[in-house]
Amino acid sequence: MQDVFIYDHVRTPRGRGRPDGSLHEIPAIELVTQLLEAVRDRNSLDTALLDDVVIGCAQPVGEQGGVLARGAVLNANYAESVAGQQLHRFCASGLEAVNNVAAQVATGMASAGIGGGVESMSRVVMGYDSGAWVADPAVALHNHYAPQGIGADIIATLEGYSREDVDAYAVESQRRAAASWDAGHFARSIVPVKDVIGEVILDHDEYRRPQTTLESLGSLKPAFTGFAEMGFARVAKERYPQIDELVHVHTGGNSSGIVDGSGIVLLGNAEFGKAAGLKPRARIRAWASIGSEPTIMLTAPVDVARKALKNAGMSKDDIDLYELNEAFASVVMRFMDHLEVDHGKTNVAGGAIALGHPLGATGAMILGTVLDELERRDLNTAMTLLCAGNGLGTATIIERV
Amino acid sequence: MRHIKLDKGANGVATITLDNADESMNVVSAEWLEEMNAAIADLREDAAVTGAIITSGKPAFMAGADLKLMVEGYGTLTPHEAYEFSQKATAMHRALETMGKPVVCAMNGLALGGGFELALACHHRVIVDDPRAVVGLPEVNLGLLPGSGGTQRLARMIGSKKALDLLLSGRSVGPAEALELGIVDQVVPAGQLLAKAHEWLASGPSAARAWDEKGFFMPEMRGMIVPEVSMGYSVGVAKVAGKSGYNYPAPGAIMSCVFEGLQLPFDKALSVESKYFAKLLTDPVARNIIRTTFISKQAAEKGARRPADVPKSQVAKVGVLGAGMMGAGIALVSAKAGVEVILIDRDTATAEKGKAYSEKVFGKQVAKGQMTQDKADATLALITPTDDFAKLEGCDLVVEAVFEDMNIKAETTKKAEAVLPSGAIFATNTSSLPITELARASARPEQFIGLHFFSPVDRMGLVEVIKGKQTSDETLAKSLDFIGQLRKTPIVVNDSRGFYTSRVFRMFIFEGAAMLEDGVEPARIENAAKAAGFPIGPLALLDEVTMELPVKIVEEAANDASTVNKYTIERGMPVFARMIELGRGSRKAGGGFYDYPAGGGKHLWEGLAKEFPPAAVQPDQEELKKRFLYSQANETAQTLEEGVLETAEDADLGAIYGWGFPVWTGGTLSYIDTVGIEEFVREADRLAQAYGPRFAPSAWLRERAARGEGFYPEPVKA
Repeated sequence: MQDVFIYDHVRTPRGRGRPDGSLHEIPAIELVTQLLEAVRDRNSLDTALLDDVVIGCAQPVGEQGGVLARGAVLNANYAESVAGQQLHRFCASGLEAVNNVAAQVATGMASAGIGGGVESMSRVVMGYDSGAWVADPAVALHNHYAPQGIGADIIATLEGYSREDVDAYAVESQRRAAASWDAGHFARSIVPVKDVIGEVILDHDEYRRPQTTLESLGSLKPAFTGFAEMGFARVAKERYPQIDELVHVHTGGNSSGIVDGSGIVLLGNAEFGKAAGLKPRARIRAWASIGSEPTIMLTAPVDVARKALKNAGMSKDDIDLYELNEAFASVVMRFMDHLEVDHGKTNVAGGAIALGHPLGATGAMILGTVLDELERRDLNTAMTLLCAGNGLGTATIIERV
Repeated sequence: MRHIKLDKGANGVATITLDNADESMNVVSAEWLEEMNAAIADLREDAAVTGAIITSGKPAFMAGADLKLMVEGYGTLTPHEAYEFSQKATAMHRALETMGKPVVCAMNGLALGGGFELALACHHRVIVDDPRAVVGLPEVNLGLLPGSGGTQRLARMIGSKKALDLLLSGRSVGPAEALELGIVDQVVPAGQLLAKAHEWLASGPSAARAWDEKGFFMPEMRGMIVPEVSMGYSVGVAKVAGKSGYNYPAPGAIMSCVFEGLQLPFDKALSVESKYFAKLLTDPVARNIIRTTFISKQAAEKGARRPADVPKSQVAKVGVLGAGMMGAGIALVSAKAGVEVILIDRDTATAEKGKAYSEKVFGKQVAKGQMTQDKADATLALITPTDDFAKLEGCDLVVEAVFEDMNIKAETTKKAEAVLPSGAIFATNTSSLPITELARASARPEQFIGLHFFSPVDRMGLVEVIKGKQTSDETLAKSLDFIGQLRKTPIVVNDSRGFYTSRVFRMFIFEGAAMLEDGVEPARIENAAKAAGFPIGPLALLDEVTMELPVKIVEEAANDASTVNKYTIERGMPVFARMIELGRGSRKAGGGFYDYPAGGGKHLWEGLAKEFPPAAVQPDQEELKKRFLYSQANETAQTLEEGVLETAEDADLGAIYGWGFPVWTGGTLSYIDTVGIEEFVREADRLAQAYGPRFAPSAWLRERAARGEGFYPEPVKA
């Protein structure tokens, strides 16, 4: 196995994933194109050195389908020889794309590539991808499918997290994200997005609400009671018969935000670094994916963390920083409780509750964020994880070099 | 041809008149299909025929299939044979709609199930403007689906959303709603039905269905590529699971038929529909539902258990003794059946309170338009509230519904008999006191019988009829005639403490309490019961009926030498004792196993964890479900063995309509047959080892299992 290094990473700012969001007029392929151009230009990269560009996406249909990665490679005027690949592991797609390139490099079948993800949630609306697991009646019945928000509320019910608990977590996420922005910690990695006439249309994460308080969050209505009443509460109880009453604590304020965005990571072996004249910033130590109970579908992070640690031959205390996608507050709280990880080293720059979660893009974005934080804090190791649809979970461990 | 008549008019219009030779209702049968096929072939080949009308020679247009045929599907047909069975009917409908000549369906009355499927296969539907002329596809309620193209035609005619609403609810709709939905084309006055049918044929209509025309398109044909379609099914599945859990295969199969079928060419879709139909027909759940809730129920209502040699009788005047909840309900249903009612209680004011219940119920029905004010007034006038036993004079039957106490009941019996005509029947509405004992107070014990109504009487359809040792055949027959007047479903059992329903039902609540004693988390107990298909968990139910009730019943049984060790229970009593001690014996007491917040709703009382500490390892849900189902099934078998029950049909009807045993099982004994009696005994032995002797199969049951003899005869292939 060859060592796999991270040479660089960039991301777009996150735009509100609604028609009034700044990135709504920007097609998904354009987000990726501009990042490919940026990473090439700021590293003076000879793109012919790359073997593959793998772009993950949680809704790979319509404009996000058709191997968007290959389209973006050509759109960005990369060398024609660079392959492209679409990857789908729901919300973990962006991270799995990094792991996919890492696997190609580690086995020696490729020397360098780009892994990342994209999601324009304002343009390819959540649910467009559908799939048998949610919509084929026979499969969805068998699967005991319930929307993720129900799963988040099941976690809160089983773990005894109150509304105040999850809201407090959300307030802290907003506080950390605000601090990071105020101090300019994201500046190095953000590539402002430009419109058709070349003007910057967005240069910051516009979803944030830094003024959020416990009080302001407390006034929001639980978001998933309607689903429960439709019948999903019964589905949940069939899977978790220890539940008397499903407690609904999740709202728009303590769940991840719907946003548009993209992130990419440049990976390669040592020879590639030499040929490209680039210095590695980190090494990929290990990665893992796992399946967990599909009705909640949000509990995989604990199990996949253990699996990745085992793959790396490390213990949980060997990890300096954890970066777990804030799909819902209860997901991260359960992770910290069950793996016994301190909040002080988890999601230190704020997370998707404050910044937004562009589904398939998030994995690559937060891998970059945690690498920036390692460097800034002069720490060594970090684990990035995401829970994903139908009970999936993916983790990647990196180490500075 | 025996079931249809074919007439060819001089104007080129042929008329097929459905007129079943053997029954009062037109039904789907193999013979009928053959006759229809012959008629269709004839019309297609006959150049003089330009179009056809299908109508009925009976008051109704047509109902569904012969249900006895459907019950025999399970156990006699392979899935492939069931598929071919369905395809045969499908082919007839398809031949009709592709014969190249327009066919109009003239519905002169209700068209349900197979009858409405026939209508859907015609090119045009005309129906009489009569509220009784309802149309619909109720197959889901039989555990089946409309397998002659019904799911496919309906979905293509009105879209999957509206079609699924009808198919999953099985509801029938009147002419106006049918027109609005687009499942009939014209609603016409009764006298003009055939004229309008002819008029349509004369207008030169197309003989092709929309889906047989080139370019037919609807968005659903693209399946889950259409986001609204996929979202609809996601939510639809949850609705189905939320409504009836996971025990019923039909709703899922219906959704799959519509979802899959719309993405396929029509003939392939029909074939897939037949495959889903075959799956359901060869599944025991459809068999169980149809056998108990249709065949056995109708047989019971038609007098399956009535001694045949007693002449038919009718009750013109009934006495109801006791105007409490039960008495008031019995008075209501009697008056509704047109019977004059003397409603007696200790004083007139109390008796009037009993009558007021009918007033309240009728008032609501009038407000909803289900009853006219005149009818309500006339019905109410039939009830005379009084404290005067002398008014019982001339009563054909009295139902005693006073307090459950041997002495009070005995005294009431004597007072009534003093006035009653010598031929009158005295019925007691006790839910557990031995009838033979109660009959001792009677001067004519052969005319004494138990009629166990269920609460609320106006909504619960079952009556458990209990024969005392001396009850005569004539008394039984007349009582069954009275139940028939009330349009209720009787089961007939022999006297024993708790009879059948109360005795077995108690296993449900005691098993729930036993689980609590065993350290099972209360939510798991409740959810397992609901997952098994019971309408409510045992703990919630106990809160409603009060925990004092089972305690009292068990204590009474323990004090009775004849029933000690039989009607007592192994487990659960300490739970009730403790809850009562805590002042939490019922909802009435301010809260029992549950808390009932002022704002509505309820949740399990938090103190339960302290009183009944949960075990570290919690059982699997399947195990808890089994404990509920097996304890009741085993007790039922014992009741049959003892001769309290005489038939499996009574057992199953009583279980489903008496206390809500899950319908998918077909009832307690049907459940044993569904599991397989050998397997049942094996598993019951294991449960007895783990949880106590209440699960242990008797020697009698064991021998039955060894012979492989279930409770219903093995189906014979037709």
